Amino acid sequence: MTLDATTLPVIFAGLMGISILLYVILDGFDLGVGLLFPFAEPAERDRMIASIGPFWDANETWLVLAIGILLVAFPTAHGTILTALYLPVAVMLVGLILRGVAFEFRAKAPLSHKASWDRAFFIGSLMTSASQGFMLGMYIMGLEWTLFHVGFALLTAGALTVAYSFIGAAWVILKTDDALQLKAVAWARGGIWGMALGLGAVSVATPFVSTRIFERWFSFPEVVLLAPLPLMSVALIVLLWLGLRHLPTRNDHFAWFPFAGATTLMVLGFFGMGYSFYPYIVPEQMTIYEAAASPESLRIILFGALFVLPMIIGYTVLSYTVFRGKATKLSYD
Amino acid sequence: MDTFLLSRIQFAANISFHILFPTITIALGWVLLFFRYRFARTGEQKWMDAYMFWVKVFALSFALGVVSGITMSFQFGTNWPGFMEAVGNVAGPLLAYEVMTAFFLEAVFLGIMLFGARRVPPWLHILSTFLVAFGTTMSAFWILVLNSWMHTPQGYELRDGVVHATDWFSIIFNPSLPYRLGHMLLASGLTVAFLIAGIAAFRRLIGDRAETVSTQMRFGLILGAVLIPAQIVMGDLHGLNTLEHQPAKVAAMEGNWNTGPNVPLILFAIPDEAARTNHAEIAIPNGASLILKHSPSGVVPGLNDFVAEDGTVMHPPVAPVFWGFRVMVGTGMAMLALSWLGVLLIWRRGADALPRPYLMATVGMAFSGWVATLAGWYVTEIGRQPWLVTGVLTTEAAVGDVAAPMVMATLMAYLAIYLALMIAYIGVIFHLARRAAEGKRPTREEPRDAPISVPAE
Repeated sequence: MTLDATTLPVIFAGLMGISILLYVILDGFDLGVGLLFPFAEPAERDRMIASIGPFWDANETWLVLAIGILLVAFPTAHGTILTALYLPVAVMLVGLILRGVAFEFRAKAPLSHKASWDRAFFIGSLMTSASQGFMLGMYIMGLEWTLFHVGFALLTAGALTVAYSFIGAAWVILKTDDALQLKAVAWARGGIWGMALGLGAVSVATPFVSTRIFERWFSFPEVVLLAPLPLMSVALIVLLWLGLRHLPTRNDHFAWFPFAGATTLMVLGFFGMGYSFYPYIVPEQMTIYEAAASPESLRIILFGALFVLPMIIGYTVLSYTVFRGKATKLSYD
Repeated sequence: MDTFLLSRIQFAANISFHILFPTITIALGWVLLFFRYRFARTGEQKWMDAYMFWVKVFALSFALGVVSGITMSFQFGTNWPGFMEAVGNVAGPLLAYEVMTAFFLEAVFLGIMLFGARRVPPWLHILSTFLVAFGTTMSAFWILVLNSWMHTPQGYELRDGVVHATDWFSIIFNPSLPYRLGHMLLASGLTVAFLIAGIAAFRRLIGDRAETVSTQMRFGLILGAVLIPAQIVMGDLHGLNTLEHQPAKVAAMEGNWNTGPNVPLILFAIPDEAARTNHAEIAIPNGASLILKHSPSGVVPGLNDFVAEDGTVMHPPVAPVFWGFRVMVGTGMAMLALSWLGVLLIWRRGADALPRPYLMATVGMAFSGWVATLAGWYVTEIGRQPWLVTGVLTTEAAVGDVAAPMVMATLMAYLAIYLALMIAYIGVIFHLARRAAEGKRPTREEPRDAPISVPAE
């Protein structure tokens, strides 16, 4: 395989896809923890924060990498997409700022301000999740601001928010025990419908956006070959639904299951979307080949990426290993 | 106001707010490593107390730097799509290397550095602290490579108006990089030195007699006293480099309109761009020629050289560059006076017997590094105008097609948030200082009076 204008865009689209997927899963759970704040007691909030404390910075970095790859590998698409999504991007950024700083301030500001920073943490998480869901909807609809598209985007905004709170609850089930874990199981039961609705809405709507995508899914033999994707998703949702009725178990067996299930669902949904949109980076307008930066620049980034990404994954694994097990009180000493 | 001006103000507001926090974390990372290492070597509690106090400030500053940095990375696309379209082939790889070699490193090891002290062996904890400091410095390196390349571009060729990289070595080590990087790293060191001294002085003023306060006071003032002469030399070298590559910027800094010898060093003036002259000028004869050319008869470039035949002005707006430069140098001189006087006083009377007025002045200078750094960045960035990338791309050509009211709305939102966060940030630093002074050991992440039921692992 030669690294030229036909292969490099595919490789970078793949790298960007992996970054977005990792972001949605990893920041998904810590955004979800923020979304669940109003349902938790103040003491429980400290423990929920402790469960994400060592990770959230690095989780958010996957968003920077994803947007960075879009920026550097597909510069023209970057401008088109981000100017079309100007307002939701701004809402997301304000949300990210609020939650990032609230995380620090709530523990360091005077105690009387703590409740306000907790509220800021929730509002920031909500703004971030909802605007990301909104952008997802607008993107699927081809980045055109019509009333119908905005309506659909509002639906995906709600669905992604609930989906994030589901994966957040799944994380809390995994990282805590006793009363808080019990509560998180109830949250997860309340949130799983958002996951199902979101996946359902996107799956139903996408094929009708363009005949090209429709053909891709429903012509023969694709329709048979691809059938496992939706079937597995439905089966997994049912399994999660049933599993949550029996959690938490004695000895804490299967506490990992909701989180693993939610992650798998996101991976499945992601591959479905990738399959629908390839080779377009701006739906139905611009392909990854048209938007790609010059091969010599992509080559030098790829060279670095092949060397550095394994290291990043290595020390990310180290970090999750160091902080494995149930979350304990955060302390600097 | 039009989209172009609003987008510029918005970007300036974002990057001004952002740079405050890396300016602290770049040097504070190394300072924490030093505190940590001193504690490991001596076992003296004062070093651990210093570490425990400043690690909180570090975590807070880091978070603010991350979130305001994410904002920056999106604004390239939302407001300045022309930038990446024209120079993406150079800027892209540099930004990508920053994310890959710096962002992940610092973010992941920050978790271990902050919360892992009990979970990992001491060597891994110290290594994590080192990697965080190293990561922040790498980040500064890559972003300053890009910024310097925008000032002094080389190693590229233009094809159909798009920049293509031809020589990565000369792109990375472009002419202004060594000076800009050195200047910024020293600025970070000075910012941290005066912040540490200022907060220590505040704790002493409210009656904190802890040993660590004297230690931090001594550390901050000595660090400042050592770095400030180095910074003056580095600033001079940077200025000479700018004279060579961006003479229009130097002309604006000096407020010099006509090219010629025996140019005075202007201490005060009100530059008037319409009349193309200065009002109320106070100057030292031959000063600018001496500084820039090391000879009274040295020829210094003037602004009038950078006006095209048709009257198009190709030099930066004069007043902000001229004033920014004076604010930066003035703050630097105040730093020199304060830190050298401090070292003298410490030598004569000891760090725990500094006179009250001196302590108050030191508190007043706690954030002086921010003032100087911002003023310096305004000089160099406004001084590059009308270019975004010198000689390649004008700022106006890069702006995105977003409706002005929309930019106005986001600008207002950002300004409100930044103002609130700035107040909160400074307030919390003094709150932490007060809490430490009350004898509560500043070691807990969570406030002590918030009991949480967490079983020990």
